[in-house]
Amino acid sequence: MRESTIIRIHYATALASVAFVALHVMIRVTQGFADSLEFENVVANYQFLPYAGILEVILVLLSIHGFNGLRVVLLEIRQGRMYERGVTVACIVMMVAVIAYGSRTIFAMNMGAF
Amino acid sequence: MAGVPSSKTTTRLKIKRSNPAAGGAESYSEFDVDTEAWTTVLDAILAAKNYGDHSVGVRYSCRQATCGSCGMMINGKPRLACFTKISELDGGTVTVEPMKNFPIVRDLVVGFDRLFRSHHRIKPYIISDEADIEEGVRENRQTPEELEKYIQFAGCIKCGLCNSACPTMATDSQFAGPQSLAQVYRYVADTRDKGKDERLKIIDDSHGIWRCHYAGSCSKVCPKGVDPAMGIQLLKGHMLGFR
Repeated sequence: MRESTIIRIHYATALASVAFVALHVMIRVTQGFADSLEFENVVANYQFLPYAGILEVILVLLSIHGFNGLRVVLLEIRQGRMYERGVTVACIVMMVAVIAYGSRTIFAMNMGAF
Repeated sequence: MAGVPSSKTTTRLKIKRSNPAAGGAESYSEFDVDTEAWTTVLDAILAAKNYGDHSVGVRYSCRQATCGSCGMMINGKPRLACFTKISELDGGTVTVEPMKNFPIVRDLVVGFDRLFRSHHRIKPYIISDEADIEEGVRENRQTPEELEKYIQFAGCIKCGLCNSACPTMATDSQFAGPQSLAQVYRYVADTRDKGKDERLKIIDDSHGIWRCHYAGSCSKVCPKGVDPAMGIQLLKGHMLGFR
């Protein structure tokens, strides 16, 4: 993939993240911010499909943006074909793992695991 | 008869010395040089070389900020020695060191291989099938507005000061650098040129234009008033579709 395409994705995920995180913060503020991390509220949030959808989108956007940012930082620290390939593969694997683990939590809670 | 007022003062010049090919440690040589209000750093270095130690290594040529040979760190900033008057600098001691982000050849002389390679890679010439001049046909006419888009970038003298000031150049050994990236914009913005796609492809890799973080230090140090940071941002916009 061309670097300009990756950067377009990087910028798009940043802008979309700002919008979705703002939405997430607004929902939290209107729903009693102090009680946000109460167990029952957390479970209820995951079981409310539209809100769980927002959390899933934030997870995907921030994972893509964050791990690409990490890849860029690591590519600037050191150079070399093997190193660069290793960094790219490692960042993709970590990104997929974080998305998979987070999605598993969201889906499991949404389907009534608790 | 009253004497002509003189601005003559004595300036201490500290020159960083090293010779990586021969090994040995880096050191500083100090010289006291007589200077006038108009004395440039290059004049002072040459005085030190002529009357102090002839083994001081320095590269220079035109002495008028045209050839781009005498770039060096002067009191910690990348500048042209021939274009920097000692009277404009703060303090009594002037410290000169080789440019950062370049391999040292000896003393103040650095290797330009990477800069020239990077510059050559972006094809720094007009690419056009209509380049040949035909009799009776006016060649490649441009409006003043079309010229305005790139003319400041055509002032680059390849002195390397921008690359020396660039923080990305310091860590990324394969980064194209502000000099060559600004030159890509110079040709992309030129209406006579047809090599845009070729050039954009060259700089669209993992060590190309997207590694510029817009520190802007390249533009601050350019002795010719070129603004490489602006050229790079315009080029980024161009590549993202803002034309």
